[in-house]
Amino acid sequence: MDENNILVQNLCKRFDGFALDNVSFCVPKGRIVGFIGENGAGKSTTIHLILNELQKDAGTVEVLGRDHTDPTVKNEIGVVFDACNFHEVFTARDMERVLSGVYSTWDSALFRSCLERFQIPRHKAVRTFSKGMKMKFSIVCALAHHPRLLILDEATAGLDPVVRDEILDLLLDFLQDEDHSVFFSSHITSDIQKIADYVVLIHRGKIIFEEEKDTLLDRYGILRCSRGTVVQPEDCIVRRETGVSVEYLVRDRAAAGKKYPKAVSDAASLEDIMLFYIKGDMSCED
Amino acid sequence: MEILISNSSGKPIYEQICQQIKSQIMDGTLSAGEALPSMRALAKDLHLSVITVQRAYEDLTRDGFIETVSGKGSFVAAQNREFIQEEQLRIAEDLLQKAAAIGRTHGIELERLQKILQLFYEEGD
Repeated sequence: MDENNILVQNLCKRFDGFALDNVSFCVPKGRIVGFIGENGAGKSTTIHLILNELQKDAGTVEVLGRDHTDPTVKNEIGVVFDACNFHEVFTARDMERVLSGVYSTWDSALFRSCLERFQIPRHKAVRTFSKGMKMKFSIVCALAHHPRLLILDEATAGLDPVVRDEILDLLLDFLQDEDHSVFFSSHITSDIQKIADYVVLIHRGKIIFEEEKDTLLDRYGILRCSRGTVVQPEDCIVRRETGVSVEYLVRDRAAAGKKYPKAVSDAASLEDIMLFYIKGDMSCED
Repeated sequence: MEILISNSSGKPIYEQICQQIKSQIMDGTLSAGEALPSMRALAKDLHLSVITVQRAYEDLTRDGFIETVSGKGSFVAAQNREFIQEEQLRIAEDLLQKAAAIGRTHGIELERLQKILQLFYEEGD
């Protein structure tokens, strides 16, 4: 039995001035995987490669247990991009006509009930929608054909907290079926911090880590100490200097706190961890 | 069932869920055979990841507080509350015995230890 809804192995893609380098990770069934990284780190490129919209140079991608070039795959996935890419003069009803012809499993009843739930009018042109409404509409369109896998690329960017919360609700709703998965890229780490099961961090086209979110939040930490303190390289992951102290990202904050009693050890948010990896001046492991 | 999650307590969230369900079973708020919400439903209600809730349920199952029937969900196990309490009391006795021994050896008055115990008990965790 296949346990992953997405399995990416050694994926490579070279552009002028940027390259995805041996990207590997997986999205298990029944899980939400958050994909974080700064702008330009390679998140969207990875997603376009998974969707086979870009040609990969090397590596393998399996989606729902099949090679991602298999044309039947797209009937079973839902995709949402950061902008609403539907034509502005179309109404929800027009989109229903278009999409019901595209997907063999289109469910008009589900589509209409979702529109009602989010109070999206059926007879108004998309151009009259607010940004939050457009995004909710995009997600409704992506869900109405009963996909098993939902891929979102920066879907919560630029939305207010209320709408973002509604979207998280929707994703958790979708996940009530344990065969479903969500792959969710965002640079708003707080959304991922709430609901993701796993977190994948990409930086300059390379995967920095793939880790269970609870491990990151419950165990990782920041150790702040004076410049004189000697921290063993095996205890820390990344080092960062500020004007008045030295900070280390540590894998086990409880142990580090005991070992270096003079230092302050704090919990690290996902944002802290991301910043450390990206901005830290030297890796302790190198 | 009521669960109150604190994001600033420093205690892992799965542990908070686990403890709160345990104490509700022990004080009788949740009775034997009662169905718990499914892991996915609870994750949705609390806006948590499924893994977090799953871990709490796994710990509860391991400790004999709940039973999970595949396809049907999780239920409060039909165990003996008094038995669990008895067992936990024994663990507490062991720890108190150690505290008493430390007190005796180092000349800490009984009254002080009692006060500390009372303080800890009342302030919760």
